[in-house]
Amino acid sequence: MMGRTIFIDPGRCIGCQACVSACRECDSHRGKSMIHLDYTEPGMSVASLPSVCMHCEDPVAPCAEVCPADAILVTADGVVQQADTTRCIGCSNCVNACPFGIPKIDLQAKLQMKCNLCYDRTAYGLAPMCATVCPTGALFYGTLEELQAERPGVQVADSFVFGDVVVQTGVAMVVPADKVQWPVPGGLPVVEINGRDVR
Amino acid sequence: MTATDPAKAASRPVSISIDPSIAPPGTRNFRDAGGIPADKWHADQNGETLVPTHCCFCGVQCGMYLRVDKGGKVFGVEPRNHDINRMRLCPKGINAYQQVNHPDRLTAPLMRRSRDEEFKECSWDEALDFTVSEIRRIQEAHGNDAFGLLGGASLFSEKTYLVGKFARVALKTKHVDYNGRLCMVSAAGANKLAFGIDRAGNPFSDILLTDCLLIAGSNVGECFPVMTQYLWGARDRGASLIVIDPRETAIARTADIHVAIKPGTDSAFFNAVLNVVISEGLTDEAYIAANTTGWDEVKKTVAEYPPSRSAEICGVPASQIVQVARVFAGADKAMAWHARGIEHHSQGVENCLSVINLCVATGHIGKPGAGYGTITGQGNGQGGREHGQKSDLLPGGRSITNPEHRKQICQIWGIEESELPGAGTSMMEMVWQMQRREIRGLIGICNNPFVSLPNYAVVKDGYDTAEFHAQFDFFLSETAANAHVVFPVTTWAEDEGVMANAEARVVKHNKAQEPPAGVRTDTWVICELARRLGAGKHFDFPGSREVFEELRVASAGTVNDYYGITYERLDETGGIVWPCPSTEHPGTPRLFEDGRTYHPDGKIHMQVVEWHPPMDAYTEEFPLSLTTGRTVAHFLSGNQTRRLGALVEQTPRPWVEVHPSHGFRNGEPVRVVTRRGSEVFPALVTEAIRPDTVFIPYHWPVPTSANALTIDALDPRSKIPEYKVCAARIEAAERVDEVPAPPTPPGREAYPEAQVSRTDPLPPTSPQGRGTAERS
Repeated sequence: MMGRTIFIDPGRCIGCQACVSACRECDSHRGKSMIHLDYTEPGMSVASLPSVCMHCEDPVAPCAEVCPADAILVTADGVVQQADTTRCIGCSNCVNACPFGIPKIDLQAKLQMKCNLCYDRTAYGLAPMCATVCPTGALFYGTLEELQAERPGVQVADSFVFGDVVVQTGVAMVVPADKVQWPVPGGLPVVEINGRDVR
Repeated sequence: MTATDPAKAASRPVSISIDPSIAPPGTRNFRDAGGIPADKWHADQNGETLVPTHCCFCGVQCGMYLRVDKGGKVFGVEPRNHDINRMRLCPKGINAYQQVNHPDRLTAPLMRRSRDEEFKECSWDEALDFTVSEIRRIQEAHGNDAFGLLGGASLFSEKTYLVGKFARVALKTKHVDYNGRLCMVSAAGANKLAFGIDRAGNPFSDILLTDCLLIAGSNVGECFPVMTQYLWGARDRGASLIVIDPRETAIARTADIHVAIKPGTDSAFFNAVLNVVISEGLTDEAYIAANTTGWDEVKKTVAEYPPSRSAEICGVPASQIVQVARVFAGADKAMAWHARGIEHHSQGVENCLSVINLCVATGHIGKPGAGYGTITGQGNGQGGREHGQKSDLLPGGRSITNPEHRKQICQIWGIEESELPGAGTSMMEMVWQMQRREIRGLIGICNNPFVSLPNYAVVKDGYDTAEFHAQFDFFLSETAANAHVVFPVTTWAEDEGVMANAEARVVKHNKAQEPPAGVRTDTWVICELARRLGAGKHFDFPGSREVFEELRVASAGTVNDYYGITYERLDETGGIVWPCPSTEHPGTPRLFEDGRTYHPDGKIHMQVVEWHPPMDAYTEEFPLSLTTGRTVAHFLSGNQTRRLGALVEQTPRPWVEVHPSHGFRNGEPVRVVTRRGSEVFPALVTEAIRPDTVFIPYHWPVPTSANALTIDALDPRSKIPEYKVCAARIEAAERVDEVPAPPTPPGREAYPEAQVSRTDPLPPTSPQGRGTAERS
């Protein structure tokens, strides 16, 4: 069961990009944002979605698994760090491996950069900068119990299906009530993706 | 970056050092930074301090800390767990600190004797002496009223008080007004008529208690993003959400009922809702009988607005009108909040009154979770008009035409009543008077009418006709670039003072850094001008604190009573809501709990509202409604936000939002034509807007200015311009108009980071006109 982590609730996102600006202010990568703001139905609606690193748990961080230089470290508490500056060779393997399209490559610096769950803040008990400022709570940092206390009845998912692969993540997604489907071991439901039944 | 070892991290030096000269006593408690003692995490080995203050932008007034380095310079922001925003910030708030030490800051007065000359930097004495000599020349030749003053609602309340006093006592002119005239005066007028008090009835926190929330004409997600947490909080409790907006905005998207109303038809809609409420027996007759006047006339009028008739006027299904009536009136507790969408009209006051009628008739007023509110666009939109900056008001919201009120203020100011001028005209009317050479000189403080007033051609002509124009600003705005004298003044982070947010909660901003050399506070400049005009004894104010003490006394006993609010109390609390008549009084977050209003009879005066069409008639040549609004990355005329790299990158240019039925492709150049002119924007094709309506965000100057196209028709009572609707047509064009760079001081190049983004030729690719974040 997950501990303190980020929960993403696209239903609350207003597309303001406060998370993007806040991420830029974070001391660990000041001046660069590691968050993407995506629009899910361009031309149809203003629906939007902030994408942070999902901190994959099972299989262990595909980005780290494919890194030929062992530059991406995963901490004991499951945080997938951005590439170690002394090891990263800027090969982009991690970018290609990530099923969520998160890591960025700074071509000039030959360095992969991504969300490291504001390790410089969470290590001191603070929430990551993006979830701290998010005006709507579309990004929430805390435990599942804290989220459910604040939002009664909320359901989340931390398993995602990509073709034949199920990826379990450290960051979870709030699921619309009518999309909640099958309970899986661990007690959390799975979001249907590509219409595949993963029971 | 390598992983941080938590064990090592926890052993970092952790003491906080505070510079007592910067952080005032009582505000040095940082325990709320992150909900844990700040000194457990915030290492100060770099000498960093956090100064508690508030955002300078919209009427939510989020609390924030400014990060100050050991050299005393603001260099960042840290969220603050203030009652209003509970750590939340929007992108404008996060980036606001970047303007404090921005390379475009004005750091010396600029002067030229005619508009044919270039600006030259000059000494403060030269700029002040030239201004005073021009004031004297114009007033001696054409009378005191030939000189005008325009203030702003982003100024601290102390400064707005000084602006009003300076106009009446030092300039001795009746012509003073402010840019809040373009903001929420319609709501203010309606609230005064109905309740005798000009403010929201409930605090934001009441939204969390309501069962039904009606939002009319407010794109909360983009204009007041931090308020959204209250909306979603109400939704978590199961509250219904009704949104009235021609566009499917971020909050409309998830509403239970989204009424995509045709712009300019709001009062017809609300009259019909009330019609249904009455016919279905959902009124609170006991409340109406005990607490109101005028109900019979209102009832008679709304009988003329059956849903079938209003449905046709408003372009919405009649069934939606019935649905809104049942949901709103049927809720145990319901609230209505509105903003510029229903206020920026030639019938803005009527629109607000029609919402108030609905709240009152259903008994949804004066209770926790039930009431009304208007969302103020500017940081001090509420406080900016309370203390005499508005053409018809004296401090404390007193009327300038009321003999008793005049007498009271003259006693406080130490002048004869015969010396106090009468009521002046509104901001737009002053521009027309400049065109007619009735006003020949003008000082502008903290406003940018070249972008923010409607009908740009008229505004430019008015200002060009003026013989003398001086402007206070910290960036060279488009309006300041037209002036003869520009005074470089402080940002909000370099001075202290109070603002009142949309709840009428007075909060204190603290000084975070010393102003750059050559920059003065607005207070200093106003007092210095007054001294040189011979009125120095009335303007002996070393700083904001002394002005606030006089303001407190000047407001004592009025509806807008600030007497019990002191800087010390504000430092100790999360802000105090007026009226607050004594230093022991806790403030008044919720109005009318005892059923009494601020009219002498204590009743709510319900007002008859008749709908009339917008001023700009639709014809075959101009069949569409043009409506305007904000984008989340920019603030008002954009003078501040169009210079901040991150915000420019987020929204580099305006666009025209059109429905797919017009046949344009995304990004295609579209010419928008109104009776005032035409401009070309990239198309943002989306189903989130009515087919008969087009939308342009208004933060940019010509040739990409929405306000070059909007109409300068005014509401007859509030004198607010009809920004939100005018007749237009669209046609294919060859290329889009280029976005101009903001003016920069002479001898300096434009801020390079922003310059790159501003010339970005890419059309918007997302529904809100923002490019999806680049991935590399």
